[in-house]
Amino acid sequence: MSEPLLQVRNLIIEFPTRKELLRAVDEISFDIKAGEILGVVGESGAGKSLTGAAIIGLLEPPGRIAGGEIIFDGQRIDNLEHADIQKLRGKRIAMIFQDPLTSLNPLYRVGEQLIETIQTHLPLNNTHARKRAIELLDEVGIPAPETRIDGYPHQFSGGMRQRVVIALALAAEPDLIIADEPTTALDVSVQAQIISLLKTLCRDRGTAVMLITHDMGVIAETADRVAVLYAGQIAEIGNTRDLIKSPKHPYTNGLMSSIPSMESVEDRLVQIPGSMPRLNAIPDGCSFHPRCSKAFTPCTKSRAPLIDVGDARAACWLYGAEVDNG
Amino acid sequence: MLAFMIRRVFQSVIVMFVVALISFLLFRFVGDPVNQMVGIETTPEQRDALRVQLGLNDPVLTQFWRFIMGAVQLDFGTSYQFKQSVAAMIGKRAPATLELSLISAVFATVVGIPMGVYTGLKRDSWLSKMFLTVSLVGISLPTFLIGILFIFVFAVQFQVLPSFGRGEVVDLGYWNTGLLTASGLKALILPSITLGLFQMTLIMRLVRSEMLEVMRTDYIKFARARGLTRRAVNFGHALKNTLVPVITITGLQLGSVIAFAIITETVFSWPGMGLLFLNSVQNVDIPIMAAYLMLIGFLFVTINLIVDLLYVAVDPRIRVTGVEL
Repeated sequence: MSEPLLQVRNLIIEFPTRKELLRAVDEISFDIKAGEILGVVGESGAGKSLTGAAIIGLLEPPGRIAGGEIIFDGQRIDNLEHADIQKLRGKRIAMIFQDPLTSLNPLYRVGEQLIETIQTHLPLNNTHARKRAIELLDEVGIPAPETRIDGYPHQFSGGMRQRVVIALALAAEPDLIIADEPTTALDVSVQAQIISLLKTLCRDRGTAVMLITHDMGVIAETADRVAVLYAGQIAEIGNTRDLIKSPKHPYTNGLMSSIPSMESVEDRLVQIPGSMPRLNAIPDGCSFHPRCSKAFTPCTKSRAPLIDVGDARAACWLYGAEVDNG
Repeated sequence: MLAFMIRRVFQSVIVMFVVALISFLLFRFVGDPVNQMVGIETTPEQRDALRVQLGLNDPVLTQFWRFIMGAVQLDFGTSYQFKQSVAAMIGKRAPATLELSLISAVFATVVGIPMGVYTGLKRDSWLSKMFLTVSLVGISLPTFLIGILFIFVFAVQFQVLPSFGRGEVVDLGYWNTGLLTASGLKALILPSITLGLFQMTLIMRLVRSEMLEVMRTDYIKFARARGLTRRAVNFGHALKNTLVPVITITGLQLGSVIAFAIITETVFSWPGMGLLFLNSVQNVDIPIMAAYLMLIGFLFVTINLIVDLLYVAVDPRIRVTGVEL
């Protein structure tokens, strides 16, 4: 088996504040294989977007990588010089942001932005770059791309703009796309279109995707594997189907039962009591234990590592005994 | 686009009309100009004759119409004080003021914008902090003090630059310029820096805060994520987005620079319109004041018109919805 395209090892992201050092991402490890779609779910502030930004080297100061490694295609990229990481950006790793309305520069034509990106990465002259830009717009489903290419972003609808953003991300045929909540800002009816478009395009090209979202529905439709983040740590990671059918970690379980089901009729949805801790008040032991119905003594003492549970891995002491026995 | 321009020009004409009305009303409020023009021993008959000659007995509307028609043909009557054509007097002095103002505006933008970009991008470098501190001085010291300070240092102590006048000027027919001689250029340095310093610091601070704002936006993040070079992101994407407010302020400031060149001209004995205007205020020479008012009004309106057209050139969103502007 070949090496994964992206390996994140014990990634720590910290924010120094005047009073204390806040640890927003605490020893996260995961892999993404070439062509694979990894869903990353979690509440706001769980560290999803920060992890994505760290991979592409766009953490906003004062946030910084305080530990761990990020290895992309066999090369360590978390400690690269600005010029070197810039060569990867767009060319091999692309990123799509949440809000298509603000992702495009309002002062430039869509075509200018596409051609600029294409020419940054590929040695094409203006005519060829423009041709390629039109092809890309066509591929992402923009009608009449030959004329729309000369439009300005404000002349496109939200869904169309996100298509343009996807075209921009795909411009240099990257190996990995980090999609940070690509559909959150869109109409529900457009969300499904954008997700299936992203999925098809990436499948066709063998592009891996790190799909960051808080929408389990999107994950269920799209991702091969899922990582569930809670308070800067991975609570559980595993195949999408298994994770949805039989969640191992009590937090994942809570997430799943808080989604209304079409099959069963329930009066009330199950709700996880409390809310995710603030970064400066993460409890000792397992960060989830104050909200966990299954918490027992070990949970208050120390944090569980990711423990193999079948095909999945969960950071929960409930599965600790098995490891001890085995 | 054409409709937008026509609308703007039409609005400008209305503004100029109002300015003309105010200029004209000056005449009516400051008393009888005949008293200013003649000596004590002039007989009432002579006064009446003069009044008829100046058309002061005509109905107000007729006089206003005459004023407007004159203004359109650049005829602002005769100076009470000098008995010369006002238009010719201003025409002789306007190049000095306009050159000074233009050079200081160029200085303010050419120095202010790069400093603003630098301090916006490298917020924490010591050079940025120094720029900001120095800019505080530029904003808080009054113009005449800076001018006197410059004269003291560069003209008196080091004796490298002249402290007054325009140096040698070359007459180009309708325009006399100091830009073509070494002494003329040298004479421009101190006054234009004095005049432009405030504008420069203003532009620098504006560009800086706009850059800080723009660098936080999603499209800058996305531009970086696309792998564009730092240069392309900073100057192509970020700077262009700061331009609309910068153009507004620069345009308005250029108007003020011309209007308030008076102080700098006084400090450096610059033979421009400012000195003429001060003189005319002291001697209640209303035709000169009115013409000066009209000229400054015209410059403001023209600059604003150009600013509006520049918006359209910079920001496509205004281009399409231009009618709503």
